Amino acid sequence: MNRKSISIVSPAVAEHRESDGDAKGLLLSVVGAPWFLSVLIFIVFIAIWQVLTAGVGGAPAEALSEYDKLMGKNSPTAATSTIPSPGAVLQRGLELARTAFDTSNPNNVGIIIHLLYSLGRVLLGYAIAVAVAVPLGFAIGLVPRLYKALNPFIQILKPVSPLAWMPLALYTLKDSNASAIFIIFICSLWPMLINTAVGAASVRQDWVNVSRVLGLPWHTKVLRIVFPASVPMILTGMRISIGIAWFVIVAAEMVVGQNGIGYFIWNEWNNLQISSMIVAIVLIGIVGLALDQALAKIATSLSFRE
Amino acid sequence: MEQYLQVQNVSMTFADKGREFHALDQINLAVRKGEFVSLIGHSGCGKSTLLNMIAGLIVPTAGRITCAGKVIAGPGPDRGVVFQNHSLLPWMTCHENVMLGVKQVFGATKSAAELRAKVEAALAMVHLDHASSKYPYEISGGMKQRVGIARALAIEPSILLLDEPFGALDALTRASLQDELIRIVSETHSTVVMVTHDVDEAILLSDRIVMLTNGPAARIGDVLDVNIPRPRDRIEIAKTAEYGECRRRLLEFLYLKQRKAA
Repeated sequence: MNRKSISIVSPAVAEHRESDGDAKGLLLSVVGAPWFLSVLIFIVFIAIWQVLTAGVGGAPAEALSEYDKLMGKNSPTAATSTIPSPGAVLQRGLELARTAFDTSNPNNVGIIIHLLYSLGRVLLGYAIAVAVAVPLGFAIGLVPRLYKALNPFIQILKPVSPLAWMPLALYTLKDSNASAIFIIFICSLWPMLINTAVGAASVRQDWVNVSRVLGLPWHTKVLRIVFPASVPMILTGMRISIGIAWFVIVAAEMVVGQNGIGYFIWNEWNNLQISSMIVAIVLIGIVGLALDQALAKIATSLSFRE
Repeated sequence: MEQYLQVQNVSMTFADKGREFHALDQINLAVRKGEFVSLIGHSGCGKSTLLNMIAGLIVPTAGRITCAGKVIAGPGPDRGVVFQNHSLLPWMTCHENVMLGVKQVFGATKSAAELRAKVEAALAMVHLDHASSKYPYEISGGMKQRVGIARALAIEPSILLLDEPFGALDALTRASLQDELIRIVSETHSTVVMVTHDVDEAILLSDRIVMLTNGPAARIGDVLDVNIPRPRDRIEIAKTAEYGECRRRLLEFLYLKQRKAA
């Protein structure tokens, strides 16, 4: 497939391959492949990181002592070396992996346990948001008057940073965990609500006409035409929401957490475990990607094709 | 002959943001049971608007339309509509698309097996029984339009409304679908009103061709009776003098009297 696409893009490459045999052609197609470029970029990035942090050993302990030096002398060279080298981060990652599922010490659980706490909060808050946003959005989309009546409130509440709700949530719910879940709920709500409403309100006129000329009753129209027609929009909203929820949980846990990946990062920052923070950042990225891809998969499997 | 469909002094004015557009003016038209009538005119003359009013999708601003003696107040399954762009629901198979209307019309009186048989019969009529379980994206444009015809026919409407049904198809596919439509109409004795801008299509299919003048305020400019005996064969009728005469009258109307700047 790759080789084929290359011979289309660049006839010169194809000619070259024919004259010099297949082995060289294979090499060329590998070098030209996007994944090869990705690996190359990664290697260059790691190399630059290594060069910039050279002089720092590998152990986090040394990084800590460098930091002490910085505190004492305030030398400019020490400032750069406080960032651990790639090797140090990898080593720290392996250490964290060894205790990843550790729950023996409630004050110091494994990193995967923290991640699971975060995921649990996200999925719970998100599920409640789906349960509210999809039916409500559908109702808003189907009844233009309701849409007009609720629109000012939606427009005012939508741009509010979810974290602005935090103190109020803590005050009313009196529970940090419930507050975090509420924050996830409120931030996931808007994209799904608006997308569902727009999806239900903007069903293609052709399809509306089909339901009209067939004389379909209201409930058949909603179930067989409006709902399937708005599924792609609903799922787009759900995909936007899960991304935002995963953004917000880190910040929310930094404020209220006793656990969770956001708390973990903040705690490691307080301990000046820079390597752990970097490991956590990479993990957050991977989990966010997985959540997004899972929803993308669900979307393609549930959406109709034209 | 019974005047089945009657369009009486119908005018249509669209109001859009304070500006009014007078699309149709004083249209009078009567269609007999079993008659095939085509509406022809330049694009934008309001022929689709007239068809949509007969379908009940648009309410005329003046005049009235009756079907079987009853005033048309809205859309209903007594009139089957075939849309220009097939308008199949992409999340349903061909069978389900046809079943949607069949269930609505016959669901209360017929068993599930009878409903299925009706759907299959409608798909067989357009030679698509083999594609029954396929989704619209899996079949060609011509096949989609045939499903659209099957969907309209399956509810056994008393009148069939076709809005440029073959306009989006290539010439060869269009010809084969026209032949199928001739066969289906003769088998079902349907009353048909069709919108078209294709002169040959109109002559081949119609008993009567209604020519609309250019909008705004389009009127019926002329009516042509096509006295070519049925069954019609596209090759044979093209050789007749009657065909040439029909063609000449339509072309003169469209390109001399109602010439339109492109």
